[in-house]
This record gives sequence, C-alpha cells and structure tokens, in this order.
Amino acid sequence: MDPNFYGAGLPKCDVSSLPGHLIVLEGADGVGRSTHIELLQGWLEGHGFAVATTGLTRSALTAKGIEDAKEGHNFDRTTMSLFYATDLADRIESEIMPALRSGFVVLADRYVFTTMARGAARGLDREWLAQLYGFALVPERVFFLRLDPDDLIRRTLRRGGELDYWESGRDIGLAPDLYTSFRRYQALILQEFDRTAERYGFTTIDASRSVEEVQAELRRQLAAMLDPSLFAPMGDGTPDASD
Amino acid sequence: MPIREPHDFPGRLIVVEGIDGSGKSTQLSLLQTFLQSEGYDVSFTTWNSSPLVKDTTKRGKKKNLFTPTTFSLIHATDYADRHERSILPPLQAGLIVLADRYAYTAFARDAVRGCDPAWLRNLYDFATRPDLALYFRVDIDTSVARIMGGRMRLKYHEAGMDLGLSPDPIQSFRMFQSKVLAEYDTITEEYGLTVIDAKRTVVEQQREVRKLVKPLLKGLRRTGVPRTAHVRVPAEV
Repeated sequence: MDPNFYGAGLPKCDVSSLPGHLIVLEGADGVGRSTHIELLQGWLEGHGFAVATTGLTRSALTAKGIEDAKEGHNFDRTTMSLFYATDLADRIESEIMPALRSGFVVLADRYVFTTMARGAARGLDREWLAQLYGFALVPERVFFLRLDPDDLIRRTLRRGGELDYWESGRDIGLAPDLYTSFRRYQALILQEFDRTAERYGFTTIDASRSVEEVQAELRRQLAAMLDPSLFAPMGDGTPDASD
Repeated sequence: MPIREPHDFPGRLIVVEGIDGSGKSTQLSLLQTFLQSEGYDVSFTTWNSSPLVKDTTKRGKKKNLFTPTTFSLIHATDYADRHERSILPPLQAGLIVLADRYAYTAFARDAVRGCDPAWLRNLYDFATRPDLALYFRVDIDTSVARIMGGRMRLKYHEAGMDLGLSPDPIQSFRMFQSKVLAEYDTITEEYGLTVIDAKRTVVEQQREVRKLVKPLLKGLRRTGVPRTAHVRVPAEV
C-alpha cells in the first residue's frame, strides 16, 4: 500500500516498501467489531493471507499506563487524547509498520477515528485532533460498523453486559443516570463519525443486520480489494458462482 | 491558540528553559525561596514528572521502546496532565507557578529528533502562555564543563544517545545539545523568550532574574509573612 500519512508522518521510520494492507474496523463497543475481525482473520488465513490484528490500548508501551489512568478518576480529555495518540503511534511503528513491510493484512480494531470522536465529543478542537494524528498512516479501507445507540444498548444488555463507564461518557456529566448518559454520549460519538465519514472515506456498514449478513458484506468488499476470487459464502471455501 | 496569547488567570506563570548544565534549575529554586520569603504563594512543577505517565516513561526508557514520535507524545501527555492538575488550578487561584522546563523544551529537543516543527507546535497549542519565560543561554563547552565538574550524570536521552550520533556519551551530548541550542535560538525569537546569559555567576544571574520577576508581582496577594530576614539570599537586588 502507499505510505500516505494524514499529516507530517513519522520521522525515522522506513516506509519505502509496504506490500501489506491496513484495514480498519470502527464502531462502538457492542457492534461486533471483534467478532468480525476474528471471522475475517480466519477467512483470510484460510486463503493463505498472513494476518495481524491490533486494537486500541494494546501497545506494549502504554497499555498498563492507560489502564491505570482509566481506573483513576482524574483523566482529563486532553491528557486522554494524547495518551491514546501515544498508544497508536507506538502500535503503528512497532506493530503495524513491521507487519505491512512483511506483507501482512493488518486488521485494526478501531483507529484514530474513535479517539478523535471521543476528543471531539468532549469539546476538544477538531482541527487540533486532526493535526495531532498527522503521524498516522492512512489505511486502505475503513469500515464503519454503524448502529443506533438504542440498538447498541439493547444488544449490550441482552447479552448480560453492562454499560461501560467510559463508553457512557460518565466523566463529562451528560446525565445523572447511566442509561441516559450512555445514550447521549453514543449519539455524540455517532454524530462525530457521521461528520467525518466523508472526509476520511469510511465505508459505512449497517450493523443492525445479522453477523452473517455483515460479515458477507465485509468479505465482498475486501475480496474486491485484495483478490476478487476470494469471495465465497460464509463457511464455504469454494468460490461463489455468482461472483 | 493559548500558547501564543496572554492568559487572563489571576496567577502568574514563570518558566525556565535551557540545556543541562545551564544552571536554570538552580536559578528557579533560588527564585522560589525568594518569592516564598516575600510571602507569595508559590507552586512548582517540573518537566516529565506526572505520576500518570511515570511508569510508562520508565518502561519505555528501560526497554528502549521509544521513537521520536512516541517520546514526544508521552511528554505531551505528561504536560497535559500537569497542566490540568498542577498548572491551571494554582493559576486560577492566583498563585505563582514556577515551571522547570516548558513546551519550548519539546519544540527544541523533539525537532532535533526529527519531529515536524508545526506538528510539535500543534501538540502544545493548549498550553498556557507564560508571563515570563527565561532562557538560560550557555555555550556547549560551559555546559559540559559544569556537568563534568559537578555531580550531574549524563542521561541517555539527554545526551541524545538514541540518535546514534556517537557511541561516546560526552561527544553525543555535545553534538545533540549543539543542535538543541540552535533550535532554542529560533524558539527564542518566535516566542519572545527572555535570554539570560548563563555564563555569569549564580548571584549575578539571580539578581537579573529577580529584577525581571518584580514587575510581575504587582497586584498579587501575599498570604505569608515576609521572612526575608531569615532566609539566606544573594545580595539585595
């Protein structure tokens, strides 16, 4: 893929040859990002692709520090944005770039867009955020799994899950109760995603459908990009006759 | 762009900048003693000291995980946390905040490490502009002589060892910090830092520092009882 950056890029980082592919899945907690990444990974590996995955706060450098900061009750929005930016920069340089150099398909469970949306929902300047992420590599594709907050809440709760403190934006005092706070916060995040969808060229995927339907659409899109002969119905290794 | 515009908090922000061996920390510490002895409420903050990122920085240094970009970002994270907790509240409460190194340190060092200057300036755009930013300018020979003559040790990143300029720490320090000095000159002009000739004696410099600080004290509330008589300070300024 072409080594394009959103801004000034990464100093002292070799970008001369990146035969791999960076694919991003964005969307709220509960839309099924990790399920789809797992399914895509199995599918791609089944077709002989080397696949690497990465996700927010998994950096060797910052994982522990961010976890500790979230445990505390004094994590200011600017500090949070910068800490997440550190996490992403570390993962781009030490995980994503090496994998792309080796020709891997890198499936990223969220990317700069989530952290930008969180910052903007907390009132940070959008241009400041966009410039901050000038070091980030432009992915080849960004799939935005879109789901309305009401569906998101139902999906989370019927699985026995709880509404997460940070995913509910409890730190910014949107509402006195968790449910209303979650709903308002996720609506703000969704608004940010919709606002940036065009600027960053998201492929918006309707995540209210079944896992099978969403996965099939993701595969169709990826096959068109990576290798048109790849697409086959789920669980079936043979090429799709209609393709 | 807060870092380019005067703040309107009731407090005062005074920062010192300079390379290692410039004597800036000594001067700031003397200033703190002086201000406290005059009855002013003073709060002190140091570059790279936030407990929030302390372990991360330690891990990164120990395992050599840093790149110019992550090194820069973790320092910005550190600053943001201190800005929120240790800089803004005392400024809002009307105290004098003394900062040992500020965003200009990042502008100078990280640019030498290859980070884009415009990106760096955006990173610290939210920083409060100091009422007084003192740059202790010293030549590289004086700085090295002071470090070698004192109990200071050359630290890995401070010597720019991560850039692979030279395997010899002293030589690396000279090469790295010479470039940092050049960056500081640019920054001094851009942000209007006040240059202090840091080759002079401690007392001479402290006199100048106090002379520069005095006009800023007008209108500040003193809550302490002036204790000038009990504190050893350099001769009257």
